[in-house]
Amino acid sequence: MKTLSKVYTALILLFLFAPIVILIVFSFNGSNSTAVMSGFSFQWYEELFHNSNILEAVRNTLVLAVASAVISTIMGTAAAVGIFRLRSKYLRAALDTVTNIPMINPDIITGISLMLMFVFVGRFFGLSNSLSFWTMLIAHVTFCLPYVILQVLPKLQQMDKSLPEAAMDLGCTHFRAFLKVEIPELFPGILTGMIMAFTMSLDDFVISYFTAGPGFQTLPVLIYSMTKKTVKPTIYSLATIIFFVILALLTLSNLVDSDTDKAIKEARKKKKAKNQAN
Amino acid sequence: MKKNANSRGSLIQRLVLAPYSLWAVLFIVVPLFFIAFYAFTDSQMHFTLHNIRNVFTYRINQDETLPYYVMVFGRSLKLAVISTLICLLLGYPFAYRIARATPRTQSILITIIMIPMWMNFLIRTYAWMVILQDKGILNGGLALLGLGPIHVIGTETAVIIGMVYDYLPYMILPIYSVMAKMDNKLLEAARDLGCNGFGVLRRVIWPLSLPGVISGVNMVLIPSVSTFYISQKLGGKMKLIGDEIEEKYTNFDFNGAAAIAFIMMILLLVVMALLQHRANKRSVA
Amino acid sequence: MKKIIELKNISKAFDGETVLDNINLDIYDNEFLTLLGPSGCGKTTTLRIIGGFETADQGDVIFMGERINDIPPYKRNVNTVFQRYALFPHLNVFENVAFPLREKRVPKDEIEERVNEMLKLVALSGFEKRGVNSLSGGQQQRVAIARALVSKPKVLLLDEPLAALDLKLRKDMQQELKKIQKATGITFVFVTHDQEEALSMSDTVVVMSEGRIQQIGTPIDIYNEPKNAFVADFIGESNILDGVMLRDKRVSFSGHVFDCVDSGFELKEPVDVVVRPEDVDIVPEEKGMLKGVVTSVTFLGVHYEIIVDINGFKWMIQTTDFVDVDEHIGLYIEPDAIHIMKKSEYSGMFGDYSSFSMELDEIGELEEAHLEELSELGETDASGNAESERAE
Repeated sequence: MKTLSKVYTALILLFLFAPIVILIVFSFNGSNSTAVMSGFSFQWYEELFHNSNILEAVRNTLVLAVASAVISTIMGTAAAVGIFRLRSKYLRAALDTVTNIPMINPDIITGISLMLMFVFVGRFFGLSNSLSFWTMLIAHVTFCLPYVILQVLPKLQQMDKSLPEAAMDLGCTHFRAFLKVEIPELFPGILTGMIMAFTMSLDDFVISYFTAGPGFQTLPVLIYSMTKKTVKPTIYSLATIIFFVILALLTLSNLVDSDTDKAIKEARKKKKAKNQAN
Repeated sequence: MKKNANSRGSLIQRLVLAPYSLWAVLFIVVPLFFIAFYAFTDSQMHFTLHNIRNVFTYRINQDETLPYYVMVFGRSLKLAVISTLICLLLGYPFAYRIARATPRTQSILITIIMIPMWMNFLIRTYAWMVILQDKGILNGGLALLGLGPIHVIGTETAVIIGMVYDYLPYMILPIYSVMAKMDNKLLEAARDLGCNGFGVLRRVIWPLSLPGVISGVNMVLIPSVSTFYISQKLGGKMKLIGDEIEEKYTNFDFNGAAAIAFIMMILLLVVMALLQHRANKRSVA
Repeated sequence: MKKIIELKNISKAFDGETVLDNINLDIYDNEFLTLLGPSGCGKTTTLRIIGGFETADQGDVIFMGERINDIPPYKRNVNTVFQRYALFPHLNVFENVAFPLREKRVPKDEIEERVNEMLKLVALSGFEKRGVNSLSGGQQQRVAIARALVSKPKVLLLDEPLAALDLKLRKDMQQELKKIQKATGITFVFVTHDQEEALSMSDTVVVMSEGRIQQIGTPIDIYNEPKNAFVADFIGESNILDGVMLRDKRVSFSGHVFDCVDSGFELKEPVDVVVRPEDVDIVPEEKGMLKGVVTSVTFLGVHYEIIVDINGFKWMIQTTDFVDVDEHIGLYIEPDAIHIMKKSEYSGMFGDYSSFSMELDEIGELEEAHLEELSELGETDASGNAESERAE
């Protein structure tokens, strides 16, 4: 049973990582074949760093991701606070349903629906091309918002309701109580929501594809058009770099996490010892 | 207990909720109406049923039994359901295995599962094209073993492999998160009350993990049904419903694209309502 | 003594359900006042109205002569110790206590000085840099008290602050709270459902039920002179019997006529009679004013708790003498052990101690309720007759 489970785990991990390993290996290929390995070289990396299209797409992707993460985090946090305090059950149910739509709907529907609206509005104003950075930003904020709300809302529900009251009791106005007590309490949720929004925006292809204007291409959209033709291993070196950046980030966040875990455990131990001493 | 019915408090609350409410209506609700609007109008914005009727009647050859788009819908649904089932079969035991590991191993395994998720799915799918193509790595490996070349690329199998690969983590994670919260004492209690290993699985673990399974199924089924990149790279000339929408979009046939998208939306609503209904029935029983 | 807070005709409803019904209460300077009652009696809502977290639907809150109904919590010279302390998890002990001072922009040196003084008062010196989540329940409690006291409020509100502590710690904290109150001279308004806690700590106890004040008094008054059956039942153990006042200082119940010390009732007025379990003496059967059979005996360490069946009514008696189950015994009751109360809406709601045996099923209870209803009907009839007779 034990060995079976180990073999099974190994097979799944092999399935998940074999393609990635192959990509990495081929990114160092000496020739431009994507099937036969011949020699080792950095030529595709060199080409990557000289490809202004790719570099610009990387820059665009980052700008868009930062902008949509910031906007959706601010608006989403405010929305979560508002939804949490909402007294009307019907309004709450309606908002919950609407919030769920972008998460349940296939990306292609979200993308098409936004595109159709942008085109319609553009036509109304007589614009020949209505898609731009701004339409993409709207689209990205729209699909990021639910994730932010979903991260912040549970933190509000978990928060001791007396905390803001205690702050007001101790001299804070509504607003200052929110700033000084609720925001720090919600911070982990806000941060996770922001990181999620950032990565979702970074990673999105389908919605970007339908709402991207001709002048503004993100990396996934560029990769799509690159893979339409026969591909050179440049794209592999790009994938390899992305992979190692992600690996580094995840390892880092994992280390930070286990550090806080340790700190919490330590604190609990101390508390236990104290209680026993008492 | 209720909050203070302070008028200033509720004013702030309204101010705080207003931007999102406006945004949600403008960019979530209204766009959906635009799908319906475009589906039921022609390029001159006159009302027509032509686009919708076209989806149900258009045939490439008149002698085909099924209308073209109905057939494509059927194929998309079939491949998506098969992929979802394979993901469930592969992912469920894996999620269980992670949930039963020590906390340290759990967080490592979860991180490992998430790494491919963070790679763009275009690149992941493309990697499988490299592996599966006729002169690709798979056949190269087989040749080394003295086995004949096999033709995978362009078949339904290739598309299913791509879907399973891309979406397997989306099945594992929600199931895992439900299982991780499951109280170990419940399993011990079940054993204590006379369940054998399979009995515990069938009568305790499975029903309790059902919410995770449902959300996993949703998270795999919906992108699989609507994908167009996987089929383009791995399916050869085979087309899925996503491809049809994308093709109409690239040809500026927005009304046609909207009609297919509209029907897809309705179809998915029905499927999900059925799923949810079954889940509710199960949890009541 | 000076009135510091007055509640005048306060009423409050949530979603149409009345939570407070015409509350009138004066709170004096420097007193330790406890709001006591079962959950849902409105004690916490009363506290929250004083604190400013709820607004009364009707009535006025007067603070040192000024109406403060619409003053928000942060402008009231009143602070609260919350039920689960509500310490700010992102701040350490020092910063939690310093919070209200920083809000008021008190100079740094003064903050330092006042926080240290407060931490000393609650015996937490040396804990300044600790995170609040690393503290024990009792320590968190002290931080909450220090934080609420640091801005020197006129009144401190405490919402069941000891409920989360274990028994021994709770006893210690009771002592300590009392000490802090004496040392600071601040008025404490304390909410609890624990009658022992209320009796041992308070100068004044306010017993509440169903949104109304049942009785206000010193702990001794409340215990010895409960105003109605609810108070008698809620505070301590008591045998509550239906009786009739024959004349001043003569009362009849359980088929026997007793001397008592109460007077001022109508002739033949039906009353509720309270006899505390510890005030009953056990004597040989032939010497007893009342005779009965022991149905159960429980050893509780300091004393035995025995249940005695007297004409079908089960009494509880606490005694240090051992008696056996099924033994026939007599009861002797001193006149000053008998307390007479006017009939109230709570009369007859608290039966005898038969449910104490745990064997009673619902049918039995139902039957009893019926019997009580019947006997009540009979009595009102009787009193009605008596009145009409007198009128003639």
